[in-house]
Amino acid sequence: METLKVKKGLNIAISGNATQETVSAKQPQTVALVPDDFHGLTPKVAVKEGDAVKVGSVLFFDKKHPELKVTSPISGTVAEVARGERRKLLYVSVTRGNEEAYEQFETSKLTPENLRNVVFGSGFGALIQQRPYGVVANPEVTPNNIFVSAFDTAPLAADYNYVLAGREADVQAGLSALAKLTAGKVFYTVNSETSAALRNMNGVEINEMNGPHPAGNVGTQINALCPINKGETVWTMNIQDVAMMGRFLRTGKADFTKTYALVGPEVKAPKYVSAVVGTRMAELVEGQLDNSKKLRVINGNVLTGKPVCMENGFVTPVVNEISVIAEGDTEDEMFGWIAPRFNMFSNSSLFTAKLAKCLNKNKTFKFDARVLGGLRAFIASNEIERVFPMDIMPEQLIKAMIAKNLDKMEQLGAYEVVPEDFALCEYVCTSKIEIQRIVREALDYMRQELE
Amino acid sequence: MNFLKKTVDRLEPTFSEGGKLSKLHSVFDGFKTFMFVPNTTSKSGVNIHDAIDSKRLMITVVIALIPALLFGMWNVGYQHFIAIGQDAGFWQQFFFGFLAVLPKLLVSYIVGLGIEFTSAQIKKEEIQEGFLVSGILIPMIVPVDTPLWMLGLATAFSVIFAKEVFGGTGYNIFNVALVTRAFLFFAYPTFMSGDQVWVRTRDAFWWGAGDKLDTISGATPLGQLATSAEATATYHDILGNIIGFKEAFLGMIPGSIGETSTLAILIGGALLVITGVASWKTMLSVFVGGALTALAFNTWGPDTAIAHLPWYEHLVLGGFAFGAVFMATDPVTSARTECGKWIYGFLIGVMAIVVRVLNPGYPEGMMLAILLMNIFGCLIDYFVVQRNINKRLKRISK
Repeated sequence: METLKVKKGLNIAISGNATQETVSAKQPQTVALVPDDFHGLTPKVAVKEGDAVKVGSVLFFDKKHPELKVTSPISGTVAEVARGERRKLLYVSVTRGNEEAYEQFETSKLTPENLRNVVFGSGFGALIQQRPYGVVANPEVTPNNIFVSAFDTAPLAADYNYVLAGREADVQAGLSALAKLTAGKVFYTVNSETSAALRNMNGVEINEMNGPHPAGNVGTQINALCPINKGETVWTMNIQDVAMMGRFLRTGKADFTKTYALVGPEVKAPKYVSAVVGTRMAELVEGQLDNSKKLRVINGNVLTGKPVCMENGFVTPVVNEISVIAEGDTEDEMFGWIAPRFNMFSNSSLFTAKLAKCLNKNKTFKFDARVLGGLRAFIASNEIERVFPMDIMPEQLIKAMIAKNLDKMEQLGAYEVVPEDFALCEYVCTSKIEIQRIVREALDYMRQELE
Repeated sequence: MNFLKKTVDRLEPTFSEGGKLSKLHSVFDGFKTFMFVPNTTSKSGVNIHDAIDSKRLMITVVIALIPALLFGMWNVGYQHFIAIGQDAGFWQQFFFGFLAVLPKLLVSYIVGLGIEFTSAQIKKEEIQEGFLVSGILIPMIVPVDTPLWMLGLATAFSVIFAKEVFGGTGYNIFNVALVTRAFLFFAYPTFMSGDQVWVRTRDAFWWGAGDKLDTISGATPLGQLATSAEATATYHDILGNIIGFKEAFLGMIPGSIGETSTLAILIGGALLVITGVASWKTMLSVFVGGALTALAFNTWGPDTAIAHLPWYEHLVLGGFAFGAVFMATDPVTSARTECGKWIYGFLIGVMAIVVRVLNPGYPEGMMLAILLMNIFGCLIDYFVVQRNINKRLKRISK
């Protein structure tokens, strides 16, 4: 076991952290899965409207790798196969039936080959992310290593010590399964606050990593422990998804219930909500929000999550937080370039936020969705570098990505990164450059050219 | 505030596409964002953003320049009243300097911002704030008696050919203010050096006129040292009194408007370092490079007055401190890698002293050193980046 320290990074002091209390959302009548949440998957629908489905029945699968499947989280009938412009598949929704029926999977005494088929066939494989390119795992590739982080340092992230308390056996079962899927090792990274129960895992390499966000990001951990070289593939999986998969492998029953942290400055009483993936957002947050102002409900944390509308938005399987902030588009702040702005948080020393944090460590700030500036070219230097702990030159890599220069991207480490790794860079950027979008487009371009 | 907001909202359609004054859209947008923080919300990527933006960044640099600017104004008046042999109080001196410097500030801002506004409108972009800093830097690095039309011409040349043709703020290779100075320096050398331009002897706005005393010599200390026939490093103020480190550090000497007081510059420099706007690494390494080179010339250099100038006096004379604090640290034109900044700054310090000591034509070398290193900044970065690339390649071959 190695103990590593991350120095570069930033903990964003945003208000609305969840208290340790879990409520169950009421059983949703309809759930829906959105193909866009599984980046890199080209969906082909496997059902028609009106078809009866069980928990674990295939809803859609990847055109290129048909064994990669996304399955229904509840049993009932297919309500809608919604398509948008140019027949793009928007979502597939399922209405709950009267009885709970489960698709049968044989999950005991599996050979690695069978295990792989079960994991991808039951829909849990779609929750595995692959690097390079930051896409859903390709079931035909055996990954060199698999990384799982036991903690999350993102703003208002779910506390896995709490969420997974008592579910260590599920985590262990999931990790053991992952260990069979890789040619190398499963790297399982904890931090100093990880509970003893969650640390006590077998068959994996455990390392400790401490420091500010993004210490909890798998990208940071991969780069520090076993960086990805050209031609290698690494899989990563969120620990709650690992536990969900472990539960499935132990019981043979696919259960897609997750605990989401409902957090953010605009949530009345931030806490944990246990819900089935794909629950309609409006149902999940019902009664929890202050509806007097325009809000932005985010699938995921405030740095990497996607805003969704309440009615046609569904909780994504791969996230662990639902964050709610004010939209702020009617806010008119005067003379922001010179006003002291005591209530604003900043990583720079041009505001009083750092001083206020020194005086009161627990001070938090309200945020809204405003960009707070105009788009410019890169001006400030050593700004994004200060929050980017990987051994990669972020500015140079981003510039190569903007220029779509494949050789330079490869040389500067594009195989090792996914957009999430640049979230803090985008947050602190003075020039307000949409870095995650640039990285996403560049990785997609790279995949299209090289794969 | 409500009234302002309503006015802005009412005027918006007039200036938008299709409106009567849509040709002034960029200007309108510039004023609107000057008054109100834009309330556009994020469309992709992160949902929250840091409070910092480029307006705040640039205005901090402008604030950091103010001590040096105010001191420069006072010093212009101070030198002026000595030169005409009149007694004057502090406020009189300052007010005279203010009147003498103000037209330069106005010319620089009007010409520069005019071009910026126009090109922003042509490119249909927002107005970029870069010139806020360049516009105050330009009058601070020229002698007080440089004619206004020359200043305007040089500013226009520099903004167009050193910045806009490359794409605007953030894309320029050379420091805009220094290109302005270089243009003046090579196009109108008689108005940028010698002993006639550093001390205002005529009036400012018909005020403070007087006859110049015959005993006055208006050459800068570095000018005196460069033309000195003797090999001893002594220099004097405009009355002929021998002065030394203290006077040079405080800045009561003739020179470009904002560059004379190292003390005022360091106050601004401290603000830049504390707020993290400028790189302390670059600043420090310029001073280290300059000091070591000057020390080397002190020990092994030729037998000339300037070579004998003690190293610590090199750092407080001429534009050395000003260049180190405000010019070398320009993030756009400097090296952008952290390791590169050490090398970049060090070489600026070295080159500035080398030009001073070894080039008989130019008494001051800071401008040329920084412009030269602006070119090499990218090259230094190239090697730093290449090292990261090689590390990655080595990992594969292992």
